[in-house]
Amino acid sequence: MLSSLIYDYRKFAMSTVTAETHAAHGEHAHTSSFLKTYVFSLDHKIIGLQFLFSTLIWFSVGGLLAMGIRWQLAYPWRAMPLLGNMLAGPEGGQIAPENYTMLVTMHATVMIFFVIIPILAGAFGNFLIPLMIGADDMAVPVLNMLSYWFMWPAFFFIGASFFVEGGAAQAGWTSYPPLSVIQEAAPGSLEGQTLWLLGVTFVGIASMMGSINYMTTIIQMRAPGMTMFRLPMTIWAMFITAILQAFALPVLTAAGFMQLGDRLVGTGFFLPEGAMANNSPMETGGGQPLLWQHLFWFYSHPAVYIMILPAMGMVSDILSTFARKPLFGYKPMVYSISGIAGLGFIVWGHHMFVSGMNPMLGMTFMVSTMMIALPSAIKTFNWLGTLWGGKIQFTTAMLFAISFVSMFIIGGLSGIFMAATPVDIFIHDTYYIVAHFHYVLFCGTAMAVFGGIYYWFPKMFGRMMNDSWGKVHFTLTFVLMNCVFYPMHILGMQGFPRRLADPYHYETFRNLLPLNQFISWAAFLLMASQIIFVINFFWSIFFGPRAGRNPWKANGLEWQAPSPPGHGNFDFQPIIYRGPYEYGSPETDEDYYPQTQPPKQTPESAEGKAPVH
Amino acid sequence: MKHFWSFLFFLVPVLGVATFVFAPHFNIWLPRDISEQGRTIDNLFMFILYLTGAVFIVTECVLFYFLWKYDGKSNEKPVIFSHGSHALELVWTIIPAVTLLFIAIYQMQAWANDKMDPPAISYTCEVTGRQFNWDFRYPGPDNELYTQDDIVRTDGKLYLPVNEEILLKITSADVLHSFFLPNLRVKQDVVPGMAQKMWFKGKKTGGYDIVCAELCGWGHYKMKGRVYFLPRDEYDAKLAEFTAEQNTMTVEVPEEE
Repeated sequence: MLSSLIYDYRKFAMSTVTAETHAAHGEHAHTSSFLKTYVFSLDHKIIGLQFLFSTLIWFSVGGLLAMGIRWQLAYPWRAMPLLGNMLAGPEGGQIAPENYTMLVTMHATVMIFFVIIPILAGAFGNFLIPLMIGADDMAVPVLNMLSYWFMWPAFFFIGASFFVEGGAAQAGWTSYPPLSVIQEAAPGSLEGQTLWLLGVTFVGIASMMGSINYMTTIIQMRAPGMTMFRLPMTIWAMFITAILQAFALPVLTAAGFMQLGDRLVGTGFFLPEGAMANNSPMETGGGQPLLWQHLFWFYSHPAVYIMILPAMGMVSDILSTFARKPLFGYKPMVYSISGIAGLGFIVWGHHMFVSGMNPMLGMTFMVSTMMIALPSAIKTFNWLGTLWGGKIQFTTAMLFAISFVSMFIIGGLSGIFMAATPVDIFIHDTYYIVAHFHYVLFCGTAMAVFGGIYYWFPKMFGRMMNDSWGKVHFTLTFVLMNCVFYPMHILGMQGFPRRLADPYHYETFRNLLPLNQFISWAAFLLMASQIIFVINFFWSIFFGPRAGRNPWKANGLEWQAPSPPGHGNFDFQPIIYRGPYEYGSPETDEDYYPQTQPPKQTPESAEGKAPVH
Repeated sequence: MKHFWSFLFFLVPVLGVATFVFAPHFNIWLPRDISEQGRTIDNLFMFILYLTGAVFIVTECVLFYFLWKYDGKSNEKPVIFSHGSHALELVWTIIPAVTLLFIAIYQMQAWANDKMDPPAISYTCEVTGRQFNWDFRYPGPDNELYTQDDIVRTDGKLYLPVNEEILLKITSADVLHSFFLPNLRVKQDVVPGMAQKMWFKGKKTGGYDIVCAELCGWGHYKMKGRVYFLPRDEYDAKLAEFTAEQNTMTVEVPEEE
């Protein structure tokens, strides 16, 4: 361990990739055992795949939790078939109200902390960053390995919390005090909430180690000729995401420890004087429940960009590849993700418009929130510009990428309603919000993740996924997810609130049962249709046709490496001559122009200068 | 089918608009509005809906058109080798920026009316959220809270005079709740240790739902109340009835075993 740390440091200190380190790294690999190669691996690709498999497993767990929610909303208090025994065995499969609040809490927790964030940054970030910038590995491989293994305590804590007395956390994924702090307030506020806080803390540590590594790697380890403005959008997005994470996460971690203090050692950061609930002993308190909300959203609003920016980057790369045409407005795209990152830190208050925060602040946050819609709009227009005048190949990856654009338009526009404070008074905490963030996170990010998997699968495993079954999977997912999430907008228009185990005893919401049953059935089918993906994925790992280096005829540097790349990634020293989006360039006869292909001899290049596009 | 994928994406704007057009026919829409600021909020909602709806239709149709026209199977022309357009970037930066800023400024007055400028009247009632019930405390004949003649009701029914400015003091006894009246378009989280004001004017008599809109524990779903708007004379009679009931109420103390 120590020797490899020193080795890492040396490599880091040298800061450029040279042939010597390359060779040294190769030797290093051959001497390692199975355990070191596949389990405690230092190789960024293995770590990326470890993240990918872990997060996909948690993706199915999170999905099943959502099925429980949908069952209860469609058939309140009826025993749930199949899953019911697992979720609510003692109650004969009937979802009890405290279990329902646990389902909504843990569905969000699992999806956000164990799926979206680690699959984007952990899986794709790890796998792609060194390959796309022409490095042989991450700057600090040991840190990289630890960032994966620090997820395991989190997996353990959250997994175990389902089995402790009172069950897993029930205070919502936002974990608002006093509900989350006063142990008597809810069954899930017993050990379940403590384990939840510990789990989130470990996810935070893992993400922090990852983000430091990503920043260092992207700044220090780019191959010769790979200037910042020749980086693919995926890398730019990962870079900005890493910065966001590094600056926002400490706040959540600190707040988490403060809440642990309130729960376990009697501090009173988030409890008012004399706070009590459900006949609990009175707390000394002296704190403020709203303080938690400020600290939580100071992290969690930037976090929603952590959950979407890498997806945007991946979509940009896929769109350009299969439109066979350069990305429209590369620099405006870079500036807009930077803009999102900057503005992302001053909009957290829009989660708190009706929280009791000073309403004057609502005005400022409304203006900043409106303005953050702007970079997203610019990106959307540029994606449309990328498609304009291309020769679009409708591969599965491309279909998912296009659906990201189409769905992101909906998710982006519905955000404007919430940014408008007076309208938010009515739609706050209703299904309008649920529709909005699922359009961004499921119909957006998850589509980009599927697209990314179909696109980079050949590089990950050296084989192709089945395109026809991929398209069946796409079509079912695309149609069904719209059946699930689009009607939620009109549910929200009627004021239908989130997190209600049985809303139908309210006169206002009684008529919404049939629509909810429709949504639930679409959700069950959506979940079932993912089986096609799972089978295609595993079948293709073993039996898919061999892919070769560059099956998509793409420009990116990762496609010049072998598939799958060996230890140390490149079997040649990559030298970069241009950006990654030179499709259909008049300079070459092919319709693509790899970043490493030396330009034809022109007076310019004869002088040794690589032409800059 | 030729152009299958482009037409699949064309379904998005078609069915997207159709959902919003047909929803009112299935009686799913903004709930009946009985307040003054509700109308402003509904108008702002519809304003944003039309505006974003237009952007939605245009961008999704452009997406469809590009997918259809530039389908690699049918498009014979060479690709347009373009890295972008500075002029276009300026256009689609400035126009949305101005529009968004306009929306923000346009909403400010409504926000100020609803949340920042309470009417200068005494409290009509104090509302306290607790797991899992809404409690109401009326100031009684002396119009002052926390005096001997206060009327305390714990049956989850709030009676208010119709067509009169109402000022509520709202707070929580334990965890966070949110006092949400869908038909009046008002919502405010209640926070323990913080007293907040809420004001509105109900314009129609009748009973309407009070919903808790902030997760407050296992019984969150059943933290239901009703608000009844009564003509002034009926309202006074109701409060007098409550006072009488309170004054004559005897509490049976069970004998110790």
